[in-house]
Amino acid sequence: MDQKKEKKYSFWGDTWRRLRRNRLAMVGLIIIALLIFCAIFADFIAPYDYAQQDLMIAYQGPSAQHWFGTDEFGRDILSRIIYGSRISLQIGFIAVGISLIFGGFLGAVAGYYGGKLDNLIMRIMDIIMSIPSILLAISIVAALGSSMTNLMIATGVSYIPSYARIVRASILGIKDQEFIEAAKAIGTSDKTIIIRHILPNCLAPIIVQATLGVAFAILTAAGLSFIGLGMAQPTPEWGSMLSSGRTYIRDYWHMTLFPGLAIALTIFALNVLGDGLRDALDPKLRG
Amino acid sequence: MIKYIAKRLLMLIPILLVVTFVIFTLLYITPGDPAKMILGTTATDEAVAQLRTELGLDQPFLIQYLNYMKDLIFHFDIGTSYSTRQPVIQEIMNCLPATLKLAFSSILIAVVVGIPIGVISAVKQYSIFDNIVMVLGLVGISMPVFWLGLLLILFFSVQMGWLPASGYSSWQQMIMPAVTLSAQSIAVVARMTRSSMLEEIRKDYIRTVRMKGQTEMRITIFHGLRNALIPIVTVIGTQFGSLLGGAVMCETIFSIPGIGRLMVDSIKARDFPVVQGGVLFIAIGFALVNLIVDIIYAFLDPKIKAQYK
Repeated sequence: MDQKKEKKYSFWGDTWRRLRRNRLAMVGLIIIALLIFCAIFADFIAPYDYAQQDLMIAYQGPSAQHWFGTDEFGRDILSRIIYGSRISLQIGFIAVGISLIFGGFLGAVAGYYGGKLDNLIMRIMDIIMSIPSILLAISIVAALGSSMTNLMIATGVSYIPSYARIVRASILGIKDQEFIEAAKAIGTSDKTIIIRHILPNCLAPIIVQATLGVAFAILTAAGLSFIGLGMAQPTPEWGSMLSSGRTYIRDYWHMTLFPGLAIALTIFALNVLGDGLRDALDPKLRG
Repeated sequence: MIKYIAKRLLMLIPILLVVTFVIFTLLYITPGDPAKMILGTTATDEAVAQLRTELGLDQPFLIQYLNYMKDLIFHFDIGTSYSTRQPVIQEIMNCLPATLKLAFSSILIAVVVGIPIGVISAVKQYSIFDNIVMVLGLVGISMPVFWLGLLLILFFSVQMGWLPASGYSSWQQMIMPAVTLSAQSIAVVARMTRSSMLEEIRKDYIRTVRMKGQTEMRITIFHGLRNALIPIVTVIGTQFGSLLGGAVMCETIFSIPGIGRLMVDSIKARDFPVVQGGVLFIAIGFALVNLIVDIIYAFLDPKIKAQYK
């Protein structure tokens, strides 16, 4: 009786059940949920305004009033980190959105039609990949100037090829199966076949890649800000907070510790969640 | 084999053509007039116009690109830096040793530390050592290079005063940058070694060797590891790409005058020829590393070698 019940789980229910058993992945999921919560309700959670300066209390270490201390302008570091989650998550999600839409489209077209078009698209992707992604991002930011939008474009564009490759590979594995042939036989258009029948079937690797991709994008953006090619003051971006903390590293350790911790924790959470999703979605383990 | 290498080297040409074109276009559309930047805000319009002619900036886009390529191919000249007036190739050559030193010591650390850790982890799967390594591996992968560098400075230079916080000439100065840059690669190499070894040591031939009475040490290293090496070599190759990105951060933190810092400084100073040269150089280096990785495959796996013919 029980066995029959278990078989009723849907694909997503099954995945969720598997994911829930992975403790590390659940820790990651909780951290990310908390971060999203912080980003949405930053106005209510943050104890101070992120840009409010008070030179009288500059460089203060952690205390009851300022849990993470204050920076060189006397701004509350905890509040800046909370507001910073908004920026980092936005950059992460939108950059992945950009690479997913363009990469997915190019990969789908290349994989489905094959032939010369496939060759052309994938060679262009190879060339983009021959430039290390951070370098490409640096060049794009250099060309467009540094702003949040350009940071998203820069990180998004440099990861287009990896999505194109994944989608293409999944489509190549699916497109010769009978159900696609059947769809073709009853006269379904190419567009409908790709969107309705093929894409849902290659969703698993895309979800995994996208989760890890958000981590890459946040890290790249923070790195660019850190070397001074990202966002300018007074935007509370984690990377640029770290960069100004570096100036005062000899005397005020708290200015480098906390923003870095925020970045590392976010990346860690996304990585373990991505790994967990990969295991949960892997059809080979499904039994 | 030689034919294969020659073919791969020839394939570099179209890649480099497109890379130069893309970078040239990107920097061409960049706002800001280099002539004005060089001369400063006090310069007269005539002086700016004269410098523009001198630098060839008044030419149409395609002519500028063709001139650039002509100099590159026939004279091996990739322009002159706007700010220092030195040939770009000279500037890059000045910075190359520091970056190479940093990159190679990091890869060396990653291989020397990562592979043994991964092997032990696989042989002693689910032991305390294995569990600690897996957690540390996850931490290592999630650690931003620039934060790790700062933490090391905070601890070893500021608190303990054991190591210098900047520079790159003595070995003491190299420890922190190299460790910072290699941390992520150590984690990636160790994880890959572990999973590749786990797959390998369960195969039938290992059981056969064990039945023959071979010692565990020999089984692990000469049979298991040798066959597990291909995916490991692949990740080491791909690590070079992220290492180059990390090198930019690392050179900034530890004040090392390498290519990464040269490029960041040039971008801020709008010194386009240097930026173009840097990207070109790194793209060539990256392509060569990929080629070397493919050649190493052939030595590791006779099946792949047969395909190269």
